[in-house]
Amino acid sequence: MRIRDRFAKTEARVAPYAFVSPFFIIFAIFGLFPLIYTAWVSLHDWSLLAGDQGYVGFANYRELFHDSDFWRALTNTVGIFLLATIPQLILATVLAQVLNAKLRARTFWRMGVLLPNVTSVAAVGIIFGLIFSRDYGIVNWGLGHLGVNPIDWQGHRWSSWLAISVMVDWRWTGYNALILLASLQSVPKELYEAARIDGASAWRQFWSITVPMLRPTIIFVSIVATIGGIQLFTEPLLFGSGVNAISGGNSGQYQTVAMYLVQQAFTGQRFGYASTVAWVLFLIIAVFAVINVALLRRIKSVE
Amino acid sequence: MKTKNPLLYIGLIATLIFSAGPIYFMLVMASRTNNEIVSLPPPFWVGGKLSSNVDRVFDNPDVLFGQALLNSLIVASVATVCVVLTSSLAGFAFAKLKFRGRNAMLLFVIGTMMVPVQLGLIPLYMLMTKLGLSGGLESVTLPFVVAGFGVFMMRQFAEQAIPDEMIEAARVDGASTFRIFFSIVFPALRPAAAVLALLTFMERWNDFLWPFLTLDAEHPTVQVALSRLSSGYYSDQSLIMAGTLVGTLPLVVVFIVFGRQIIGGIMEGGLKA
Repeated sequence: MRIRDRFAKTEARVAPYAFVSPFFIIFAIFGLFPLIYTAWVSLHDWSLLAGDQGYVGFANYRELFHDSDFWRALTNTVGIFLLATIPQLILATVLAQVLNAKLRARTFWRMGVLLPNVTSVAAVGIIFGLIFSRDYGIVNWGLGHLGVNPIDWQGHRWSSWLAISVMVDWRWTGYNALILLASLQSVPKELYEAARIDGASAWRQFWSITVPMLRPTIIFVSIVATIGGIQLFTEPLLFGSGVNAISGGNSGQYQTVAMYLVQQAFTGQRFGYASTVAWVLFLIIAVFAVINVALLRRIKSVE
Repeated sequence: MKTKNPLLYIGLIATLIFSAGPIYFMLVMASRTNNEIVSLPPPFWVGGKLSSNVDRVFDNPDVLFGQALLNSLIVASVATVCVVLTSSLAGFAFAKLKFRGRNAMLLFVIGTMMVPVQLGLIPLYMLMTKLGLSGGLESVTLPFVVAGFGVFMMRQFAEQAIPDEMIEAARVDGASTFRIFFSIVFPALRPAAAVLALLTFMERWNDFLWPFLTLDAEHPTVQVALSRLSSGYYSDQSLIMAGTLVGTLPLVVVFIVFGRQIIGGIMEGGLKA
């Protein structure tokens, strides 16, 4: 009996580690190691075929600093990100408010707004590529009826940014609305009742109760949107079809940083330089996350 | 009391048209000939060429679409089973077992959700090449058999769903931790496990960047096959759309059948994060 007790005690102490270890071991190999190793590779001249060609210190970082293609890709990424995220968050907050009303066929509407998120990104890129096609696209056809000349959506910087932003918003607005809806439902109803008794308008209630109460969730949603937005890859890649899709249009007008990274690594065969791009991208995401939190902290002062 | 505000419904209907429109558009294009697609005005109704277009997708020797469907099914299923299992184990431990370093480890798990795995693409590619797995299905499955999000989600659920007394009672009866997990905890976690399974399956089915980089021509997944359809030298729109439709269909079916659970899971996950 005593031996059994001791065995049980040891088992109880060891078991938790056994339970969490599959996650940690596999993540260490396929998640953490590559991330850290990227930093090491970025300090080398390293090519896809020839392998490590030697340590070069921060040469890749210096080159990146003067690389106008990188800066153009970064401008595209940030531009598309801002163009997509700001309307997306506003729309999602409004949509969450609408979905929070006592609606008939509640589940139906919720499924409706989530439907785009279930569609594959590859499909979205291809479909919107057609919708925004210059000659036979439905958008230009509609604009034609309003007297607007056909727009070469892929051809210009502003128009390709806009079209890609529409794609991103189409896919993610409903998803974010549902997350915001969940947190709306935890706002005490009495707050709204008290506001109504005090004669606050629906608009006032929205700004003074809903938005401040949603603040933590808005922070969460916008950080997730930031991480996704800065890594944007598939939508712009498939927006421009053809064999050179990775270059994001003939003058790189909608090439994102993630696309530039892949181009450098696999077309240009420069692993070291592409790793530098990856680390800089990571830092940018971190900076944006911090800015996000700082900006959204200020929402509280509306109260 | 249901709301009678017609404005809300008008707004919702407009949202629905915006949401479903491109998917309907895909169906229309997939059911037309190429000439019909490149005409003005574009066709608005479903045509009669759907089955012949779909046949052409499967007959195309460049994209191996049937193989791709099977590959996606394998990759997504294996990842789903593994994620549910590893997440349940770790989630339960974090929620209900006491051990040294628990809080720090949990914080680490949450941290992994913030760091995009894609940033380690290049070393991951090198690693897979070293292991001799590059190009095959293992290379797109292995990195995704664990998920920080899953661990976190199962922990949140386990915390509420499993009373401490139940575990204590089982321990008094002499059950080992493993026994407790498999006969008490796992069954209790089933609702959350189902949601996690659905979300994981959809995410893996839709994965693009990493499979696009690492898979060789003989082992495409659906998304890679789709990108090949659309980036060829020729651009046959009806063929591309038919392929896109077939590749999306399994997800739409899953969504229609399990939509309520999926929505519940997303709302739950977001609320707690």
